[in-house]
Amino acid sequence: MTLNAILITGRTINQGATIENKTSSDYQEATAYCELNPKDIGILGISPGSRVLVKTDHGDVVVKLKENKGNPDGMAFIPMGPWANAVVDPDTKGCGMPGFKGIPARIEPTDKKVLLMKELIARYK
Amino acid sequence: MTVITDALCPFCGCLCDDLTIVVEDNKITDVKQACKLGASKIMGHHRIKAPMMRKDKNSEFKEVSYEEAINEAANILSNSKRPLLYGWASAVCEVHKKGILLAEELGAIIDNTATVCHGPSTLAVHEKGLPSATLGQVKNRADVIVFWGSNPVHAHPRHMGRYSVFAKGLFSEKGRKGRKVVVVDVRKTDTANMADQFVQLEQGSDYLVISALRAILSGHADVVPESVGGVSKEQLSKLVDTLKTGKFVGIFFGMGLTQSKSRYKNIDNAISLVTELNAFTKCVITPMRGHYNVTGFGNVCAWETGFATAVDFARGAPYYNPGETAANDVLLRKETDAAMIIAGDAGAHFPADSVRHLAKIPVVQIDPYWNPTTEVANVVIPVAICGVEVEGTAYRMDGVSLRMRKMVEPTHLPDTEVLEKITERVKALRGE
Repeated sequence: MTLNAILITGRTINQGATIENKTSSDYQEATAYCELNPKDIGILGISPGSRVLVKTDHGDVVVKLKENKGNPDGMAFIPMGPWANAVVDPDTKGCGMPGFKGIPARIEPTDKKVLLMKELIARYK
Repeated sequence: MTVITDALCPFCGCLCDDLTIVVEDNKITDVKQACKLGASKIMGHHRIKAPMMRKDKNSEFKEVSYEEAINEAANILSNSKRPLLYGWASAVCEVHKKGILLAEELGAIIDNTATVCHGPSTLAVHEKGLPSATLGQVKNRADVIVFWGSNPVHAHPRHMGRYSVFAKGLFSEKGRKGRKVVVVDVRKTDTANMADQFVQLEQGSDYLVISALRAILSGHADVVPESVGGVSKEQLSKLVDTLKTGKFVGIFFGMGLTQSKSRYKNIDNAISLVTELNAFTKCVITPMRGHYNVTGFGNVCAWETGFATAVDFARGAPYYNPGETAANDVLLRKETDAAMIIAGDAGAHFPADSVRHLAKIPVVQIDPYWNPTTEVANVVIPVAICGVEVEGTAYRMDGVSLRMRKMVEPTHLPDTEVLEKITERVKALRGE
């Protein structure tokens, strides 16, 4: 099952607390996930902790699924960082700022693994 | 054992100045009063031990001397036709000054992390000015606090306690009890959970909602539809009442405005709303700045070049036009042919296409830590940590300058010395 969602990215306390330690598993734990509300998780038919493939017109990335009851229906949140930035909209809209929020995304269950930071960046080389 | 009191925190734009640091044998063993963000940075993590270099970005780094790394950095930058010097926000103002001199020498573009943070706010302030106040004013006077597209529980954990929601001051002795807290956001954040009034809008509709508030405020509620951006007219009218009847309203905005559709126009509109509210009451607006000294870079750059960010020296004189000269603009156009990333992490915080271009050009990184930028770098120069091992000036989110203190002796060269040496070497290579 694929869920169409609007993706936003942003800060979290654990993302910030590990920001100077980006080679650590703590950083990956803090940033390589996607939050949906319980209803949207129900549509995907999997449980939190499973892996999802997040696809946008700009790329795709595998992250862990998390529940956040505060998200409205059809809204996905990934903490800012290299996993989120694999799928954000680079267009700076004439003012220098890429599109880190409001990106149409397609989310589906996957068996693929979550890449380590090193592996993720290696895709760009 | 040494105990340092009233130390400043080098993490976020709150620049808390009440920390107590315990030092034993030149190692920080305890941090008191800091939040989770500040404590984790001050306690420190694994550092890059020594300068490193590699030609091929897929090969392993080899440790080299500072002299070798600095010489290679200078070679890369002086051979570049369109260099980009990016980052700066995790460094003190003294570093910014040296960086701007290097940018001028190279004819480079210099841009800072505001480009993926509050850069659009700078553009809006150019249009409208910034009716703002110091955080001290807010603490002592504000009775209505609004967080719009910002989530201080996560991003600025002590903001509410020290300056806004809970702080007790001269005319706000009741603290939280005497204040009304409004949160405007697209989702129910942990900050929204603490609000008296939560206004949930549809993603990307901030501009519409602000326009509707302005219409109601100016007595034109009749032209406002029953629902704007997912917010009912009733809720909008209630919010206007809250803002109008406050004695001192402090609005704090974040990436919800700067990164969503309409970008700087959202902030432009919000500043107009604040200006119009001042016909009824006192209202101020302040950006929730992320890095502890991103505001400092804007100030230093503005007084040195006339522009706060995204300054292009290619013409010999400073030129500025975000959308054309900001870091992601030049990377996405594949114009940049060499980059120096310092005190900021483009590898982690730029979109994939920008990092893809960084991976194809020579990159010099100056940073205490191994991060995604290191993965695409050719030369890595580890430095002392500003605000922990190096003293200097930083600017709080409200533009108040404070002196960062040295807590322990550095184990690496400071950024200023590395930049001075690179600049000297660049001049020598150019026969100056």
